[in-house]
Amino acid sequence: MEYIIQMIFSFIATACFGVIFNAPVKAIPYCGIVGSIGWIIYYQLGINGVDEVKASFAGAFVVAILAMALARKFRMPMIIYSVSGIIPLVPGGVAYNTMRNIVELDYALGMQNGMRVFMISGAIAMGLVFAEVIMQILFRMLRKGKTSIQSFIKVKR
Amino acid sequence: MIEKPQQNELAIDCFLLAGRIMMESGAETYRVEDTMLRMARSQNMNDAQSYVTPTGIIFSLGKTQPTRISAISTRVTDLHRIALVNNVSRKLTSHIITLEEAYDELNTIQKTNYFLPVTLQVLAASFASISFLILFGGIWGDMPAAFIAGGVGQYVVMVMQKLSRVKFFSEFVATLGVGMVASLALYFGYGTQIDKIIIGSVMPLVPGLLITNAVRDLMAGHFTAGMAKGAEAFLTAFAIGAGIALVMAW
Repeated sequence: MEYIIQMIFSFIATACFGVIFNAPVKAIPYCGIVGSIGWIIYYQLGINGVDEVKASFAGAFVVAILAMALARKFRMPMIIYSVSGIIPLVPGGVAYNTMRNIVELDYALGMQNGMRVFMISGAIAMGLVFAEVIMQILFRMLRKGKTSIQSFIKVKR
Repeated sequence: MIEKPQQNELAIDCFLLAGRIMMESGAETYRVEDTMLRMARSQNMNDAQSYVTPTGIIFSLGKTQPTRISAISTRVTDLHRIALVNNVSRKLTSHIITLEEAYDELNTIQKTNYFLPVTLQVLAASFASISFLILFGGIWGDMPAAFIAGGVGQYVVMVMQKLSRVKFFSEFVATLGVGMVASLALYFGYGTQIDKIIIGSVMPLVPGLLITNAVRDLMAGHFTAGMAKGAEAFLTAFAIGAGIALVMAW
């Protein structure tokens, strides 16, 4: 039950951000699906005791792979799906807390929260970039026929 | 690649316009550079160089050719435009359309407003706010307060952005509105956890995406772009924090 609620609300949140960011209308439902899958992974890892930095990395990694698949399918730039998809993972609440601590002159707590924001957003960015790089290398190898399966077939012939 | 000068002028105009629309709509820096260079190469202009920052684009067609710059002052997130420009560049690089047709299409994209109606965007912000309230562990009873606060925040930002050019002032006023709605809801007994309500309703304004993009640009080696975006994100976060703190201090 809890999973269904989380899934529905992360879908709504991501799709609404698709509207605010003015994504093409036919892409908005897919943005919602990408975002809700990313959030469910983050949520499940969080329940199992993985810390938020690693969970964000894993979520962003999956979001990037899904975004790339959809981008290839619909021939649109990948940014449309990845920008809305990472919205639930983005540390908006912590960024807000950081700034509130700092304007309330609680610098120690503010610094602590600021480092959390930096680490989480760094992890998200790394997840996106790593997924992209790994997929690029993979595709290049596939094109040249350097994966083990293809070279095996060639040798057999 | 020595061609007629008019052809070169048109090409530079066309590539700069494409880069400019993409950058104004919030595309990544490396993608803008890549798109401009690809378009240039498809027209047999192999010496092209481009240098893209969030505040301006410098583009040159080579040693003997003119270099032009284009300043960028407004930056919003408009994914529809990015998709359209991408489409034009795809068609140009596969030689389906000519340079003149591409330039005409880009001009149309530049002039048209693709944003959805204001009511729809405000409603989207409201629904996003209640979703984040639930995702961050809030309770169901706080939903009406978050719904109104999120809508008010988005509406105020859009109105203020039309009135004043200073982006941070409009964000400050918007969070002031959000904070006031949240504390009024608490005062009249329509809400319980003010922190959760506020976090949910400022999510449409918070620069989380800008922070992530800044780190991404830094990792790709675009240090100027990363630093500029980081500064923008910091100022936005500061405006939001200040707006909320003012309400809290009351």
